[in-house]
Amino acid sequence: MKTGYKKILLIMPSKVIARGIEAVLSELGEFRVEGILSDLSHVSEARLRNMDADVILIDPVLADYTSRMNVRSRISEYSSAAVVALKSVPMDEEQLKQYDGAVGLYDDPVAIVRKLRESLSSREESPESEGYDLSAREKDILVCVAKGMLNKEIADHYNISIHTVITHRKNITRKTGIKTVAGLTVYALLNNLIDSGSIDL
Amino acid sequence: MMLMTTEIQRIVFSESMKIADLIDVNFKLLNVLSRLDISLGFGENTIMEVCERQGIDLKSFLLICNVYTYDGYIPSVEQMSGADPATIVDYLHNSHSFYLLKEFTALEEELKAMVEPCDATQKKVVARFFSDYKAQVENHFEYEESVVFPYIRALMAGQRYASYSIEQFEENHSNIDETLNDLKNIVMKYLPDTCDTVLRNQVLYRIYRLGEDLLKHTLIEDNILIPMVNKIEE
Repeated sequence: MKTGYKKILLIMPSKVIARGIEAVLSELGEFRVEGILSDLSHVSEARLRNMDADVILIDPVLADYTSRMNVRSRISEYSSAAVVALKSVPMDEEQLKQYDGAVGLYDDPVAIVRKLRESLSSREESPESEGYDLSAREKDILVCVAKGMLNKEIADHYNISIHTVITHRKNITRKTGIKTVAGLTVYALLNNLIDSGSIDL
Repeated sequence: MMLMTTEIQRIVFSESMKIADLIDVNFKLLNVLSRLDISLGFGENTIMEVCERQGIDLKSFLLICNVYTYDGYIPSVEQMSGADPATIVDYLHNSHSFYLLKEFTALEEELKAMVEPCDATQKKVVARFFSDYKAQVENHFEYEESVVFPYIRALMAGQRYASYSIEQFEENHSNIDETLNDLKNIVMKYLPDTCDTVLRNQVLYRIYRLGEDLLKHTLIEDNILIPMVNKIEE
């Protein structure tokens, strides 16, 4: 813990709720609200990337609002923070599964802090990738992707699980900002990770 | 007068506004005017006057301008009632032509000039990335032009189909902005230093503008066209 408290970013359309959460958390310490976004627009994405939050608390109504996209995976492209759902509306198990945790509007403040803490520790167990530059392993995976290998093939090749391959791919996309296989191929070539002989041009 | 988006969020365009003021609020609406064949030189005419003269459905025009300008503007059923889907379809069709004939051609040329100092492989890989992107977009537009738009026109002419509904369009609505975003990152972050900065900036400006315009295009489809057609299908 560098600063003694964890940074939390709120993404919710309701200012009333956001301000309320900010006040409750500031009384208890440990978590400090560092930013409030009202939606996930393009402007917000840049803030998301730069905020370096430990936890993102998001109101899942935003998911329906901006089409049926997977909010969780969208956020993980820009931030490695734990993502916790704020249950402002009834949600089923399936919806909740994509988040690292969930808190309710009617939860006791102490329970909210405990749940935020739990979401962070569950998050820290999964393979994490530090810094902005690609690690040696991420470069290996990137080369495989650029050559057109499937996740299963990559997993078999390095004797790792498909889940780990997917985590590496998410980290690669988060760091480079490049999502498509075609884009990753261009990246690999421009950075001399592969030569033109290994892809068909 | 420059207005920040946050300051103008509460202003919604109305029919009695002068067209010139509309453009002052959001100059990017110049795109909308040309796609609806409204030429410049409208003097002091209001939105209503210009629409009347050009035979453009006023309600649809205002819907397009509002969605195009205000992030998160989602018109209500009432605001959409009485608006003419044909105008929206015309707008979208003309936008397609604009992207394919003007924007992509210009972007392709700018990209080519930009990668001029690169080696042959680098040139090739960038050119292929763009042509794949273009094919992807063309494919998407082609589906709308050959399936969705004819369906809507037929629907308005009173025909009913059992085999197709606009819901299928929603499902087919693939995202093509990811590839453009990748191109932006490649141009901004990973091209060799030998590429000229001015040319790179020019390409980046075009990509950002195009990306924003395509986003509005999708919003007009999702927030205006689809709900309107849903209503007719009922």
